[in-house]
Amino acid sequence: MSIDTNKIQKIVDKYKGKKGTLIPLMQEIQKAFGYVPKDAINLIAKTMDMYPAEIYGVLTFYTQFYITPRGKHTIKVCQGTACHVMGGKEILDYLSDKLSIKDGETTKDGSFSLERVACLGCCGMAPVVQVDDDFYGNCTIQMMDEMLEKYKKEGK
Amino acid sequence: MNKILVCVGTSGVSAGAEKVADNFERLIRKSKLDFRVIRVGDRGLFRDVLVDIIIDDERVTYEFVTPEDVENIIQSHIIEKEPVKKLLAGDDYKDFFKTQQRIVLANCGEIDPEDINEYIKTDGYKALEKALSMKSKQIIEEMKSSGLRGRGGAGFSTGLKWQFAHDAKGDEKYIICNADEGDPGAFMDRSILEGDPHALIEGMVIGAYAIGATHGYIYCRAEYPLAIKRLNIAMDQARKKKFLGKKILGSNFDFDVVIKEGAGAFVCGEETALMASIEGKRGMPNPRPPFPAQKGLWGKPSNINNVETFANVRHIILNGADWFSSIGYKKSKGTKVFALAGKIKNTGLVEVPMGTKIRDILEGNGGGVLDKKIPIKAVQLGGPSGGCVPEELFDTPIDYESISETGAIMGSGGMVVMDQKTCMVDVARYFLSFTVAESCGKCVPCRIGLKRMYEVLEIITEGNGTQEHLDFLKEMSDTILKTALCGLGNTAPNPVLTTMKYYFDEYESHIKDHKCPAAVCTNLIKFEIIKDKCIKCGRCFKACPVDAIDWKKKEYPVLHKNKCIKCKSCINACPVMAIE
Repeated sequence: MSIDTNKIQKIVDKYKGKKGTLIPLMQEIQKAFGYVPKDAINLIAKTMDMYPAEIYGVLTFYTQFYITPRGKHTIKVCQGTACHVMGGKEILDYLSDKLSIKDGETTKDGSFSLERVACLGCCGMAPVVQVDDDFYGNCTIQMMDEMLEKYKKEGK
Repeated sequence: MNKILVCVGTSGVSAGAEKVADNFERLIRKSKLDFRVIRVGDRGLFRDVLVDIIIDDERVTYEFVTPEDVENIIQSHIIEKEPVKKLLAGDDYKDFFKTQQRIVLANCGEIDPEDINEYIKTDGYKALEKALSMKSKQIIEEMKSSGLRGRGGAGFSTGLKWQFAHDAKGDEKYIICNADEGDPGAFMDRSILEGDPHALIEGMVIGAYAIGATHGYIYCRAEYPLAIKRLNIAMDQARKKKFLGKKILGSNFDFDVVIKEGAGAFVCGEETALMASIEGKRGMPNPRPPFPAQKGLWGKPSNINNVETFANVRHIILNGADWFSSIGYKKSKGTKVFALAGKIKNTGLVEVPMGTKIRDILEGNGGGVLDKKIPIKAVQLGGPSGGCVPEELFDTPIDYESISETGAIMGSGGMVVMDQKTCMVDVARYFLSFTVAESCGKCVPCRIGLKRMYEVLEIITEGNGTQEHLDFLKEMSDTILKTALCGLGNTAPNPVLTTMKYYFDEYESHIKDHKCPAAVCTNLIKFEIIKDKCIKCGRCFKACPVDAIDWKKKEYPVLHKNKCIKCKSCINACPVMAIE
């Protein structure tokens, strides 16, 4: 898949000459593409007068940034303390098994990406799973199959 | 005017709160009733969706309201004057709020966070008006004598911090709000940001005036989109009313704030790492001194406070330091918000005066343990930097010093309850998995030391531990505590140290008996049904996702190991811990 470098350049130009804008800049690129493509690193480096290594360093430091394309739906399984105590790890393990991917990976058909997140801040509904913008509280393993089905259907 | 309040925080929204509010609006309009539907923030109790119907100051609260219930509530309660009994908020709701003293959370779940006029009605921005008539030194003195200490974890005097930033020489100074609430198990800042964003803004403007800052940053987690949205709305409204921007309230004081979205790094809760992140760099901490008050963001004097700390400021300025310091206990003044979660009946945010006993929160507000047959074992305070406080110490009053004596820390106020089904070795392993993943990698003790400790805990939870491993954990903890660069590293061993201190027997049974008493560590579970304990209730059968358990009424369940995927759903569902 080719990347629209003009589109990236346009975003980068908006931030040119402004200090401390690398993170919001990459956040905007990610919003547009779903991840930060490799081509973006060189474009940023040239325009912002930085080393590509510096940019790559920041990019890989923060868990928010992705350097590979994401699946159609992103499943975030909360691994906060309350979720852990209430069985969040088992849910992550189950989903990982079911989708045959590890956390951080995307299914081959591109439909789901699986992620572990530290805390979604809704500990009262632990264990919590977030799919795209939807939150699921008091999750059980049994609920997971139904949840996946729902998004599979939507995907079609 | 008659009002309908609908709680639309993150948890409310996930339970369909927007739809509930929409339905109320639609049906109220349709029936031409004289009601205003107000979307309020989180009230801090997870009984979503919460709805209040206020008719002539008489207030009735409903819980677990679904979009389908709305029509019934309007018909029965509003038109026929007959409350819908099955949805009325019950005793748990009342108990949860009974002993709370809500100062910081007073507006959360009560006012529309997207309407500045509602905030102004609660004496909003009056403290700013008062502060602008005071000298900056007076404000700092007031803050110092109030005894307010940082609510983000370390508990340093806020007034003193402001003093340092004020005294530092520089033409440009920054004030920063740390809204990067990263402690797993803490969500008070999210509720304040979503439910009462103006309180934070007002606190920041007062702080900026006191230290002489003209620019401010709110460093907020990107994981809190609703909070960011509401902050932006609040800031726009504040600018229009001259509470923010040039010549605030007609004075000569200029100050404005921007939001910086965090990008997901726990270490950015550390002051120097947070500032590096604002500058667009990797969020790695720097050695102190120089302290941020001397050389902070962009090398300029900077002051960082947490959300809850800023939210206290307006109350101190308005009601005075004496009022504030009359609340609390010993060297810890005011109230503290705790995020109660885990194996407890009522989960949510509890704001109580400092000095309240742990037990009173758990049993009073929390309503006791989740499952009456499984006793409470411990409460985890302070997240990954904190520790586990055992049941026998539940009479400890909550203040910075008393909590530290137990080996835990106050931290940001996360309070996760653990029962007999929680394995304390696994808890230690869990926290280290977190700190290992979040270590920035700058200093060796944290980067390598924590990793080694984590590996050892893995070995123990897999059943291959030895006595030497325990000695190693102690020694390594001690080294990391003394040598790590920042607060992340030099508190990371706390969960291991406190669990070893109070639950050494659990470590021993993993090592000597190859048993996990709580039946959590998968490798040490035989997945056998203990007939002496089993009550033949069939919950394991119902919970199994792969039909590996057969069960008939009044008979013992049978577990087929060839089908079992060891997901532990049966163990979690069993009310008597009969699967080992």
